[in-house]
Amino acid sequence: MTPNDRKYTKEHEWVKINGSIAEIGITDHAQQALGDIVFVELPNIDDTVSAGDSAAVVESVKAVSNIYTAAEGRIVEVNESLDERPELLNENPYENFIFKVEFTKVDENALISAEEYDAFVESEA
Amino acid sequence: MDALKKTPLYDTHIALSGKIVDFGGWALPVQYSSILEEHKAVRERAGLFDVSHMGEIEVRGSGAFEFLQHMLTNDLTGMQPGRCRYSPVCYEDGGTVDDILVYKHSDDRFLLIVNASNTEKDYEWFASHAPKDVIVENQSASWGQIALQGPKFMRVLEIAGTRGDIPQKNYTFTENFSVAGIDCMISRTGYTGEDGVEIYCKAQDTPKLHSKLMEAGKEVQLLPCGLGARDTLRFEASMPLYGHELSSEITPKEAGLHFAIKTAKPEFIGREALLEPEKRTRIGLKLIDRGIAREHSDVYLNDSLAGFVTSGGVAPTLGGNYAMALVDSRLANEEFFEIDVRGRKIKAQKVALPFYKRSN
Repeated sequence: MTPNDRKYTKEHEWVKINGSIAEIGITDHAQQALGDIVFVELPNIDDTVSAGDSAAVVESVKAVSNIYTAAEGRIVEVNESLDERPELLNENPYENFIFKVEFTKVDENALISAEEYDAFVESEA
Repeated sequence: MDALKKTPLYDTHIALSGKIVDFGGWALPVQYSSILEEHKAVRERAGLFDVSHMGEIEVRGSGAFEFLQHMLTNDLTGMQPGRCRYSPVCYEDGGTVDDILVYKHSDDRFLLIVNASNTEKDYEWFASHAPKDVIVENQSASWGQIALQGPKFMRVLEIAGTRGDIPQKNYTFTENFSVAGIDCMISRTGYTGEDGVEIYCKAQDTPKLHSKLMEAGKEVQLLPCGLGARDTLRFEASMPLYGHELSSEITPKEAGLHFAIKTAKPEFIGREALLEPEKRTRIGLKLIDRGIAREHSDVYLNDSLAGFVTSGGVAPTLGGNYAMALVDSRLANEEFFEIDVRGRKIKAQKVALPFYKRSN
């Protein structure tokens, strides 16, 4: 089930907003499409990111995928456990964020609900 | 994907939930379960690959031996029937047409196993050079091919039931063989760095052969393996892949395949060019900094361009990230290089090839 407690992008990221912090990760569909994830290039704390920027890179054995941010602001936390265990994104994509942004603005137009996201994935298949 | 060519095992791949991709025009599974799991199965137990897309070209006639001596960089002199030999095929300028496996039936009949995406090109190349006493025939469509690889492969054959002599030595084959009652040819060859066999059968028998081997493999927990694992396995074993370590722009000498270039042979296509010292050399690199260097990444030595990555990625059995690179031969003995990964210079240390060598 695609969790209802957050929003999604058509680039297959999830965005979970708590106050002024946006958590960003990848969807179950994304991890399945990528296959075994073997490396995550995390942003640096205090990097400033604009909406639509590629803020991180997730690499599987065969593919390289940019992780875009729909939230604009400053990186305040990165999931360092992904350095040692990038496969956490395969095992539990919705429980493992990649980075958190203290945002000044969120690109609401880029965000869709869980239901809309599921329909989007369906339509892409 | 309708326009893609299908091997006789296409329906098998779908039934086994293979993730189908376009591989040089062929619809083939990149993986079934997980590339890393499949890789591990081959290193520790056994794995089964559909390699039916590979091309088979028969060369026969009274002039077959002499013809191949002219076409191949390796030397077939003294080769016995029932033996396989690896050889590059070159253009006059030393660039590589393909790298192939030659099966010798007799002095006047050989079977060439060629890379799938090169089949048409190779057929044209051989056919256009063939003298009157040689027939070159593209038999690719009539053959199916399955690779059974990994330390437990013999047990799988035993359970499946065989008739005929299982080839005992590497690079030998048995022509009149059968596995699970299916007529085939079997060779002690592979492209994974593990022990194993490759089995050739009639195209229409391939699904049955695959399902019999899957069944026989249950005891050793054999996994069906896709192209993803085939690539990580050959990469870890540092075997060249045409289009990456070899191409019309890269000579086999640059790729380090000296063992298969016999310039002592008085004449063959590409000989003069291959007598020249190579300007570039294939080297192995282990990444020290975090990151993955993919194909085409630039390789630097002290901030000046030294070459480029031909294949790069994770080496699952060894752990860590590695790359094969083609660098300026004058720099090939240096120890530390840097690889440009998305604008960041990542440190890498030269290591011996192959990265992985099985112990036995």
